[in-house]
Amino acid sequence: MKEHKTIEEIEKEIVEEFSLFDSWDDKYEYIIDLGKKLPPLEEQYKKDENKVRGCQSTVWLVAEYRDGAVFYKADSDAVIVKGLISMLVRVLSGQSPNAIVNAPLDFIREIGMIGHLAQTRSNGLLSMVKQMKNYALVYKLKNAV
Amino acid sequence: MIETAVIENSLDVYAIRQHFPVLNRQVKGKPLVYFDNAATTQKPQVVIDALVNYYTGYNANIHRGIHTLAEEATAAFEATRDTVQQFINAASREQIIFTKGTSEGINLVAQTWGRQNIKAGDEIIISSMEHHSNIVPWYILCQEKGAVLKFIPINEDGELLVDEFEKLLSNKTRVVSIAHVSNALGTINQVKKIIAEAHKAGAVVLIDGAQSSVHLDIDVQDMDADFFAFSSHKLYGPTGVGVLYGKKHLLENMPVYQGGGEMIKEVYFDKIIYNDLPYKFEAGTPNIADTIAFKAALDFTKAIGKEKIRRHENELLSYATSNLEQVPGLKIIGRAKQKISVISFVIDKIHPQDIGILLDNRGVAVRTGHHCAQPLMDCYRIPGTTRASFALYNTKEEIDALLTGLHKAIKLLA
Repeated sequence: MKEHKTIEEIEKEIVEEFSLFDSWDDKYEYIIDLGKKLPPLEEQYKKDENKVRGCQSTVWLVAEYRDGAVFYKADSDAVIVKGLISMLVRVLSGQSPNAIVNAPLDFIREIGMIGHLAQTRSNGLLSMVKQMKNYALVYKLKNAV
Repeated sequence: MIETAVIENSLDVYAIRQHFPVLNRQVKGKPLVYFDNAATTQKPQVVIDALVNYYTGYNANIHRGIHTLAEEATAAFEATRDTVQQFINAASREQIIFTKGTSEGINLVAQTWGRQNIKAGDEIIISSMEHHSNIVPWYILCQEKGAVLKFIPINEDGELLVDEFEKLLSNKTRVVSIAHVSNALGTINQVKKIIAEAHKAGAVVLIDGAQSSVHLDIDVQDMDADFFAFSSHKLYGPTGVGVLYGKKHLLENMPVYQGGGEMIKEVYFDKIIYNDLPYKFEAGTPNIADTIAFKAALDFTKAIGKEKIRRHENELLSYATSNLEQVPGLKIIGRAKQKISVISFVIDKIHPQDIGILLDNRGVAVRTGHHCAQPLMDCYRIPGTTRASFALYNTKEEIDALLTGLHKAIKLLA
């Protein structure tokens, strides 16, 4: 059985991976590679209700609750965004709703993404985070009742 | 002989660049290449100085105080009006109304002239290449009045189909509101012809000059525009200042826009006498500092000469166009015969946002997305483009930096 890693542990891994890169060229190359490797979302999920608002590119995000954990699948028509989604999915998918809602996600800042991708509508990174947390919150609240 | 003349009249771009402090900065460790001029231009030192001089030397509210500072501020503010009048060749200074920008100018016309004159069943014609600023104010008016909004179609090159426009015109047409130049494509529209045709049908014409005023010679009388709106910040001037020009009889008969100080002559408990033009439309304390500094921007470009600037920008446009055409998979969107220095393009299987992020990483600032012209993007069935727009301070070396950045981006993304 695969060992379960906490959100903090995975975040730390990503920060360490990024510390190996000297330049943003290399960082982007890595992010683009992650984007290309993320399996495309099945066509049936690519509908308006799954779109994340606030993104210049189109981002689709779906979540599923199973055995006490939230599993995400996502896609985008822009590959850098897709790479960012891939990292968020790696960190958050398979975690408990409570852990997701409370996740600090400091890695985004620590790898230098905030500042490089400004908090404008030109990137939907924060919208994606918000949407992922919203799904987790819904499952958390459903469990509470 | 001609060769010599061209050299003598050419612009010393490296000397020009010295006037723009921001061009010295680095972005992501690389020299800034600023190709988002259609969104807003950078400001020369004289404009920055004019702002500082106002605040350090004679900050005062205008048109009312009798003290020295107020007189100086009023004189400087009104001097901009005179300069603007000359800049667009308006018949009188009363026809120059200061606004926040082009959008406010269009909203002003829609909310005053429009509300007074548009009724159910009337038609307003705009084009498929309008900026949202020249769509939404008319849409709101149509919703309110039960009027109909019609769009002039474009051809594949991004030119208005003038024949189709003539078919849309009828005795129901009240307003025609058209961009002089398209922000997303760079197309220069044949506004003189459009205005003449619209006038034959009895319609009033507003020209959105946001993109044209920095590149083209503007003569509102020759063009015969009823209204002409533009912004200072796209003309090397400060943000937050725009101009609405209108024909005098139209402006005089229009109801007031916003209420407040400045726009009134006398106020009693039971009646208000509104001020004369142009103050009737300038409620409240205006953007004094930025309006004063706008004059410095107009004087700056006048001193260089628009013709010279245009020649330089056209050179950049043709250099960029011929080089971009060589980039594999790249397609230029907007190939009008008459264009200003704007190039929009798409690259096969690559999202504009990815291009924009990777170019920014190399210090190259371009605009990506739908350029606030979603209906236009729908015409081309694309979500958006990458747009490079050139100004008087841009160089061929900077275009080379764009090309290098593009090649690297494509290699990474493909």
